[in-house]
Amino acid sequence: MSGFYEVNGKQVPHDEEGYITNLSDWSKELAEVIAKQEGIDMTDEHWEVVNFLREYYDEYQIAPAIRVLVKAMKKKFGPEKGNNKYLYELFPYGPAKQACKIAGLPKPTGCV
Amino acid sequence: MSDVKNFLYVNRKAPHGTIYALESLEVVLIGAAFEQDVALAFLDDGVFQLVKGWDTSELGVKNFQPAYTALGDYDISKVYVERESLEERGLTEDDLIEMTYEDEEDDWAEKSSIRIVSREEMAQIMRDADVILSF
Repeated sequence: MSGFYEVNGKQVPHDEEGYITNLSDWSKELAEVIAKQEGIDMTDEHWEVVNFLREYYDEYQIAPAIRVLVKAMKKKFGPEKGNNKYLYELFPYGPAKQACKIAGLPKPTGCV
Repeated sequence: MSDVKNFLYVNRKAPHGTIYALESLEVVLIGAAFEQDVALAFLDDGVFQLVKGWDTSELGVKNFQPAYTALGDYDISKVYVERESLEERGLTEDDLIEMTYEDEEDDWAEKSSIRIVSREEMAQIMRDADVILSF
């Protein structure tokens, strides 16, 4: 169901799957709120992925599919972080999906 | 994988004014996520999709051109652009954005994905494709 996240007394609209409607509404506080709803406690490692996704989106205007995210993470942070296991441990319900939601990006294309 | 087919996405329309270019790109990304063998063809006004320096600020649409440069990350290494279509519009390869991929067989060397082909070669590429999706 679509609705709103509450951040600092402000309402931020999201779609039926929890992705925010206006990408410009994103803030670190909002990310924490979304993460909480996803059952995730944001650590530095989580932020690293979320920030990486935002940079990727900034450059390419798309949210990467998981396979592409893994490859790009590997390139930047090395194989100990650029692998499925590491990313799924951080985001158990799908790194691309969950991390993109927290990062305020659209759902990755091809993520069904 | 056993059931990999050659998909050819044929792009014939200008990037703006219709939704075809953006929709094609979306479908390409979906197809690539399913690890099919994907190639793109640009001909007729479709070549404008790859011409550098879009400015969509007056159109009220997102500039999605950077997404084409991400296709290399999706292992898309075959982007065919028809020479005659370029020439008919006064364009050359130098007018096009850079699209690259990393060649697994060549120690991940970065190479250009864009291949300029003649109309005749394009026809053969279409004959060789298992599936053609036209936009």
